[in-house]
Amino acid sequence: MRTWLSVGRVIRLSSADTTDATASGASAEEVITDEAREAVLAELTARLGDAVLGSHIRPGDDLWVRVDRSAWRDAAEAAKAMGFTFFDYVSGIDWLPSPFGRDMDAQEDLVVSGAEPKEPAPIVQGYAGGETRFQVIAHVYNIATATGIHFKADVPDGDLTLPTWTGVFAGANWHERETREMFGISFDGHPNLINMYLPTDFQGFPLRKDFPLLARRVRPWPGIVDVEPMPGVADAEEGDAE
Amino acid sequence: MTAVSDPNQLADLLAEATDTRVNLDFESEGMTLNMGPQHPATHGTLRIVAKLDGEQVISAEPICGYMHRGYEKIVEVRTYPQINALINRIDWLGSFANEVPFILAAEKLMGVEAPPRAQWIRTILFEMSRVANISLFLGDFGLQLGGMTAGFYAFRDREHVLNQIESATGGRFHPNFDRIGGLKDDLPKGWISDSHVAMDKLLAFCDEMEDLLVGNEIFQSRTRGIGIIPADIALSYGLSGANLRASGVDWDLRRDGCPPGLVYDQADWKVWTHPDGDCFARTWVRLQETREAAKIVKQLLDTIPAGPVMAKVPRIIKVPEGEAYVATENPLGEMGYYVVSKGDLVPFRVKIRSASFNNISIVPWVARGAYVPDLISILGSLYFILGDIDR
Repeated sequence: MRTWLSVGRVIRLSSADTTDATASGASAEEVITDEAREAVLAELTARLGDAVLGSHIRPGDDLWVRVDRSAWRDAAEAAKAMGFTFFDYVSGIDWLPSPFGRDMDAQEDLVVSGAEPKEPAPIVQGYAGGETRFQVIAHVYNIATATGIHFKADVPDGDLTLPTWTGVFAGANWHERETREMFGISFDGHPNLINMYLPTDFQGFPLRKDFPLLARRVRPWPGIVDVEPMPGVADAEEGDAE
Repeated sequence: MTAVSDPNQLADLLAEATDTRVNLDFESEGMTLNMGPQHPATHGTLRIVAKLDGEQVISAEPICGYMHRGYEKIVEVRTYPQINALINRIDWLGSFANEVPFILAAEKLMGVEAPPRAQWIRTILFEMSRVANISLFLGDFGLQLGGMTAGFYAFRDREHVLNQIESATGGRFHPNFDRIGGLKDDLPKGWISDSHVAMDKLLAFCDEMEDLLVGNEIFQSRTRGIGIIPADIALSYGLSGANLRASGVDWDLRRDGCPPGLVYDQADWKVWTHPDGDCFARTWVRLQETREAAKIVKQLLDTIPAGPVMAKVPRIIKVPEGEAYVATENPLGEMGYYVVSKGDLVPFRVKIRSASFNNISIVPWVARGAYVPDLISILGSLYFILGDIDR
């Protein structure tokens, strides 16, 4: 039987690049290293050389590797040669903080209400770092060792293209079509980069952060909260005050 | 044949032409057959555009998007508990299984662990949704191949499981029962013994299906040797679940990559594979899987520990900054959520990796060279749910 030492307690997960985990006096068992994933990372770095731009390991859980976009296809081939033959998914991330919704009101709304326009929040990329607003993320498994790699690649705004993975993993075909449709990131050498879900003449890329979600614009965050009090209730309160 | 100017398209066509499974004759004009969007074999609204040369399929392209609901966009403006209600609707036959990987991803980011009793009940309900889902597959696949009886039997016996899910969660199809840090409620009185009875009925149903459908000569002649997917092709398309195991790949996330929070290691069960990779193998693996799932439920029912079903979590759930990918072995295959949090009430980005999307993307490959009636066997045996493709 397992022991349930942690039941009901909230434990922070350790993370390789979190410096304050040890500084704040975390227990020794939290500072674990992951030799299997370290080895995978070392072999990837040996195969790809300078193309590995950043990495992050969460021990016992996951590995993130950021590669240069020119080496995107090489990364897939290297992973496949290393036994990572199970293709999971390809998708994109738009790191722009949403100009709508909770973080910031839309600038045009601020103009109408007479408030000062806010400074846009800075773009902060996640694990393994990044330099651009758009990143492509992909996941492959090694089913022999039950480990996975998350690959990330920066895609600069001026040239939203990446080499395709379809030649290496046939399943990337549909995922790249979806990514192109939702983020506007194009894939060089893809055989059939047409829309998956949306009509052919659809304008815009829905999963970009600056694509407004109309339902949210009509009823801003957090929905109806400032409900007017019922007339009787308000009267009674006023009566008490007097 | 019209001139093809795009070199990529041309390469694709040439690859098709060199495929030995097709006697592709560029001279003949062939015929285009439109299946769907309302075809019974499509479980919803999927359209298949098949180009035929006589009876043989030269290319079959699924057209998705008739049910695209944009979950990945809308979850960016919904809080984590609200998302739980939405993602129930992805694979609507095994709804509870949709909630679990998302909740586990949020728990991983928050560093919360559910109490053991909650983990046990989670696993039981997870496997119950698998039984409910796949038992319907067995009947429905029979229905598509012309065996009406199997369909009715499946609907009859699935009720037993749905009744149990309903009496525990309050929802037959959309339980919305899982919470970050545990479960909404404890089990009702008498549920454990009722569930034993229900699972016994389902095990009997599996035996019945084995005799009625899988052992049937007509069924076997419609499925054996049809739609063969080799292991390497299955892997490169990211096929998962029974589709992958039917190609002989011994890979099950319940055993090999079970995320913390599910207790599959507490039960004695098997992962079934089949070397053939054809439509029959996929059905057979699913039949065995239903039996194993019922066995897992029965074993876990006997060992549920006592205790609370909810850990101490804040009332307002803010998930700390970070990224996490959690995938579980859902009834249809691997379902995972890549959650990016910025420490807010709402996730920054959620990538939903659903099983059917990958499973159905192999149709253009596997349907090439098949005959039109076999297309039904192939689509039926790959087993997809439209909500799981389009999300």
